[in-house]
Formats: sequence, C-alpha cells, structure tokens
Amino acid sequence: MPQGDYIELHRKRNGYRLDHFERKRKKEAREVHKRSEIAQKALGIKGKMFAKKRYAEKALMKKTLAMHEESSSRRKVDDEVQEGAVPAYLLDRENTTRAKVLSNTIKQKRKEKAGKWEVPLPKVRPVAEDEMFKVIRSGKRRTKQWKRMVTKATFVGPGFTRKPPKYERFIRPSGLRFTKAHVTHPELKCTFNLEIIGVKKNPNGPMYTSLGVITKGTIIEVNVSELGLVTPAGKVVWGKYAQVTNNPENDGCINAVLLV
Amino acid sequence: MEIETETTNNVMCLLTDPEGNPLGAPMYFPQNAGPQQLSQIVNKLLNNEEKLPYAFYISDHELLVPLGSYLEKHKVSVEKVLSIVYQPQAVFRIRPVNRCSATIAGHTEAVLSVAFSPDGRQLASGSGDTTVRLWDLNTQTPMFKCTGHKNWVLCIAWSADGKHLVSGSKAGELQCWDPQTGKPSGNPLSGHKKWITGISWEPVHLNAPCRRFVSASKDGDARIWDVSLRKCVICLSGHTLAVTCVKWGGDGVIYTGSQDCTIKVWETTQGKLIRELKGHGHWVNSLALSTEYALRTGAFDHTGKQYSSPEEMKKAALERYNKIKGNAPERLVSGSDDFTMFLWEPAVSKQPKTRMTGHQQLVNHVYFSPDGQWVASASFDKSIKLWNGTTGKFVAVFRGHVGPVYQIRFELIYCFRYPSNFYCVVDMSCCMSLYSWSADSRLLLSGSKDSTLKVWDIRTQKLKQDLPGHADEVFAVDWSPDGEKVASGGKDRVLKLWMG
Repeated sequence: MPQGDYIELHRKRNGYRLDHFERKRKKEAREVHKRSEIAQKALGIKGKMFAKKRYAEKALMKKTLAMHEESSSRRKVDDEVQEGAVPAYLLDRENTTRAKVLSNTIKQKRKEKAGKWEVPLPKVRPVAEDEMFKVIRSGKRRTKQWKRMVTKATFVGPGFTRKPPKYERFIRPSGLRFTKAHVTHPELKCTFNLEIIGVKKNPNGPMYTSLGVITKGTIIEVNVSELGLVTPAGKVVWGKYAQVTNNPENDGCINAVLLV
Repeated sequence: MEIETETTNNVMCLLTDPEGNPLGAPMYFPQNAGPQQLSQIVNKLLNNEEKLPYAFYISDHELLVPLGSYLEKHKVSVEKVLSIVYQPQAVFRIRPVNRCSATIAGHTEAVLSVAFSPDGRQLASGSGDTTVRLWDLNTQTPMFKCTGHKNWVLCIAWSADGKHLVSGSKAGELQCWDPQTGKPSGNPLSGHKKWITGISWEPVHLNAPCRRFVSASKDGDARIWDVSLRKCVICLSGHTLAVTCVKWGGDGVIYTGSQDCTIKVWETTQGKLIRELKGHGHWVNSLALSTEYALRTGAFDHTGKQYSSPEEMKKAALERYNKIKGNAPERLVSGSDDFTMFLWEPAVSKQPKTRMTGHQQLVNHVYFSPDGQWVASASFDKSIKLWNGTTGKFVAVFRGHVGPVYQIRFELIYCFRYPSNFYCVVDMSCCMSLYSWSADSRLLLSGSKDSTLKVWDIRTQKLKQDLPGHADEVFAVDWSPDGEKVASGGKDRVLKLWMG
C-alpha cells in the first residue's frame, strides 16, 4: 500500500483527529504570512522566479473572479442585432437546417448575373486518348485490339446492363465507378455527400460525356433534394450542376463545387 | 308528409343544427332528395320568411348529391336514423385572392410579423431590422417607419379598437405606437428579461377603450400592461419554462401555453391562477380560441361603421361576441410539439374534450375559423389538417407544401340574410347594417417554408390557389378582417399584398 493511503484508511476507520479542522484552518491562515516572508526574503533569481509565479497566480485569480462575477457587459452581446432574423416560433429551434439560406442567395445571384454561369475551373488540361483508354487485346491469339478500357473514374447509371462481351467496345471498370460526390456549396462553405444523377458535360469531348467519364472539370448533375432548395414556384429543386475539382482517378473520391 | 311516394325509397332522417339540437322529429325523405329539396324543407320548418340556402353535412361530409346516391356510395345503413346537420350558407362570395397586387420593399431584414388593423384599413409589419412599419393600403406604399426597438421586432398586435399598436422585440421591451402618426407613445415598456413571444389585447367588449394587454416572454412570465398608466400592472409567473403563446379570452381570463407542457388559465384582476390544463407531453406551441375572430375585430364589422363613444363600441362588440360565441362555452385548442392537439373547454372542465392526433411532426400553429366550426392545424410535416371545431373530429388533410407550414389563416366572409328573396353579389363596402349576418369561411390560407402561400378550399378539400412569388421562407401571413386582402412577409424582406 502506498504510504499516503494509510492515513486515508485510518481516517476511514477512526475519523479525523478532533482538532484536524482547527489545525487546517490555522495552517491556511498562516500560509499568507509565510508566503510574504518568503517574498520579502527571497533574493536574486529566486526572488524573480517567485515574483513571476505569484504574478501568474494573481492574474489567473482575477480572471476567474471576473468570470464568476455578474458582468455588466454581457448585455451588450445580447443587444447586438444579428443577421438572419427568425420569428418567435422558430427562435428556440436552433437545429433547423439552414439549407434554405442557399435558395435565396442562389436566386439573388442569378438575378445579378442573368447570364451564363462561370465555372470555377474555366480551363482544363486536355486528356489524350492514350491516357483515357487502355487497349485491351482480345481474340484467341490476343491479336485483336478493338477493345478499350476507361482508365478514369466513371459514372454508370443504375439501369445499366452490360452488352455481351463480343460487342462491348468500352469497358468501364467497376472499381472506378462512382455514385456519390462530395459537393461544396461555395457560399455556405459546407459540403454535402450527394448522389450523382448524371454526367452533363465532359470538356474533353462528347464521347466522354456519353460514356460518363468524370475527370477534373467535368460538369456533373447531383441530387440536391435533401438540401431543401425550392424554386420560386414552390417546387423542390431536384437536380443541380456541379463541377468536379479534383482528379477522381487519383483520389478515389469526387470533389465538386455546386454551380450557382 | 306528402312528399312520400310509392315509387321512391325513403330514408329516415333527423335534421339537426350545428349545436346538435334536432329540428322536429325524425322523418322520411325520398332518396332522390338532394340538398336543394332539403333546404326547402328546412326553410319551411324554420318558418323563414326569406329562403336561405343551406349546406348539409352527414358526419362532417358535405352532402352534394341526392341522398340515395350518398347512401350507396358511403354504404350507410338505411335502417338507422340518418342525422343530417344543416348550416346556413353565405349568400355571396368574395373573389378569392389569386394575384399579387403589390410587392413592397422597405424592410432591410426578414419580415417577422404582419397584422391588419381590426377595421382592415391599416397594415403593420415588424421586422428583423428593428423597425415597425405601417403601410398605406390604398396606395400600397410605406407610410411610417417606426424606429425605437433595439432588436428584432418579433410580434405586433393591434388593440381591438384600432387605436394602439404594440410591438415586442427580442431584447424584451415592448413599445406602444400611435398608428395615426407612427410615433411611439411614451418610452419602451421594459420588464421582461428575454424576448417577447406573444401579445394579446384585452377584448373591447370587456373594457372600452382598450387599455390593457398581456405579453408573453421567453423568460417564463406573462405580464399585463396598462397603456395609459404605461407600466406593468400584474406579472403572471408560474410557468417554469418559456411561455410560447398567450390569449386573452372573451370571458375575461388569460390563457398561456408554455414549454413546460402546461396551459394555465389566469384571472385578470389580481392575476390569480384559476386552472392548469395538463395533457401535453411536450412544448405547447400555439393556442386558438373559438371566439378569436370576434375578439380580434371587436366592434368593427363589414359596414365600416365608426363609433363615437367607447361605451357604444363596447356594446356593439359584446353583441358581436355573443353572436359568434352562441350559447356554447368558449373552446380552446392547443397545438404542441408532441404532434397532437387538444380541444379544451376551460370554463367547463380541466380535462380535455378530445385529443386530436394524426400529425407526424410538431404542430406549429392552430387556428379556429371565424364561426368556430373548423379548426385548422399547420405542422412541420408539410401538411395542414382540418378538424371539426366542436367535436374535434378529423375532417380533411391538405397536402401540397414541400416545406414545413409556418402560419395559417382563415378567410372571413359574412353571410347575410336579405329582406327579399334574391341573392346578389354585393360590394363589401356598401352599408348593409340592416341585415343580420354570421361569420363564415370557405378558404384557408397557409404560408410555408417552401416560399409559397397556398389557398385551400374547405368545401372541396382541395388546393384552390397557389400563390408563388416570395423568394424565400414565408414567416408571417394575415388575412384582412374583411377578407379582401392578404399580406405576407418573409425572409426575402419584402411585404406582399395579394388580392382577388
């Protein structure tokens, strides 16, 4: 048993000494005098160290006192008029999704521009056919070279069924297929994991678009129904476009920015 | 009766009025009798000099086809006595609101509350930009901008005589305004420690001119204030959590609903607690009174009559109140976070009359139709449900919103009895004080998070009109007391006026 525990055990069995609390109080009361004696006597580096320690203690004490005091300045924070006013019946419901903020800002943005959208990535690196496809040899002697395997990430619709291998020119490997994308709303600065509906445009060519190839800069359509966006007519917005900002084939995930 | 013939089948029917009093003994009606024939019979039995149209309800469903086909369709036994409820119908209808007549910008933050004055001539709105604005309804332009609050103006309320406007803010102070000049009358009334959640004025038939009002606050208190003394008269404390809504009933009691799951009934002279209505399992969000319409409009009616003295006004208001109330006690409906509603008769018992279940999300707002016949409830499950106002039975559900429904209002129309036997469309503004009237409503308005307003037809139980136009959530809607205009405000900072 550690030494200090014997006293605990003794106290548990027999209780405190009768004068324990009296002694304790007196010791505590003497403590300040003792301290001041040290403070007055300590010289040189020791004095400096003591003064520094004492200063830190005092600062902390002041801080805690201020924390517990009823502050007159607290009011000010309350009085500040905040943005985003809500009616009384929504004030206690903090957890309501603020997805709706977007719809308004989106509409305002659109009003301001009233033109074509600018995409976040205006220029993309052209991808050569060699890089995009890998030639697959087929036939009994492996001499036929008409088959291609897509080496980039792809989106394959849920209703897709493969053609018979004899007629299947392009293979989209299932390991590189994606159904979800991490889509960031640029104004809200928050990211949602949304389902991909389709590939709208691959800047490298219409063939890649129809194949569903997703490279950096591709515009994809994502399902935003869970964000609760609403059209001016009060219908739920379902699909919205987003541009891919990373190289999915390298990263193993798709990151995109919502186009507003 | 001589309408009994051999060729048609008969069915035993009992005609009752909405309160359930039978009209004569049960009698045999031919099965090919429709609403038209029935209304003839009712007119005859009631000895009405002028023929009134009536609507007939069998177990809360309106009878629109002949009796026989109704029985077949709903498979009602012909052996039993069929009880048919008759209701006098409106003789004319106002064109329902269907277009946005004005979009008035002005507020620089979300509009949190809108309210028409009891006489329907003025409109006030409170906003997150800390101002209250009064709008000119004729030119549809801003009239006054009332500054003085320190934080968001959460609620506004007109006194029933239309002479005062009170607004409460998030900082907890209340401010009284003079609607004629847009100037504050006196300093802000402070006392509440947290934001104001509701304001309700003392009904004009109890005390004219209007002096007292009650405010509810997040800090758990309700306070009765006196406008002329400019101070808090009584503090009603007892709730342990925030008071969410307050209503000053027509019998001179105050109802408060709170987040501590109870509804308390207070007496107003000394502020004593009379009753505590328990039943809800979660926050009480909203209260509605069956006489709310009479309390809101006070003595003002369709005639646009101005009263010279407060006594006169008080008398007229009392008359109107008694007429709308009928001989039944005042009913109270409370909507709660536990997805249910309760129908109470606080004057009779502290037990709920019925529990109304069906919503799948919290009930944010409940509202009585002006005649107290219907109750509507708006819920975060994107639906509105319609209930019978006397029995609390479920009647219909209105679906169509794609976001939580925040606020609902009933349209109001008057039913007139004409001295002669013709019906015509009459302009509301012409003076018709000669004729007796009753309040009725056929349409229900709802504002939702999905940025639209929708008008629902109670009769067909379908969507009547979709009113898109707001760019963001609609926080507040109000139907003017004369039923002609609708005002709405929301997060997109504009106030929209809708007309027929």
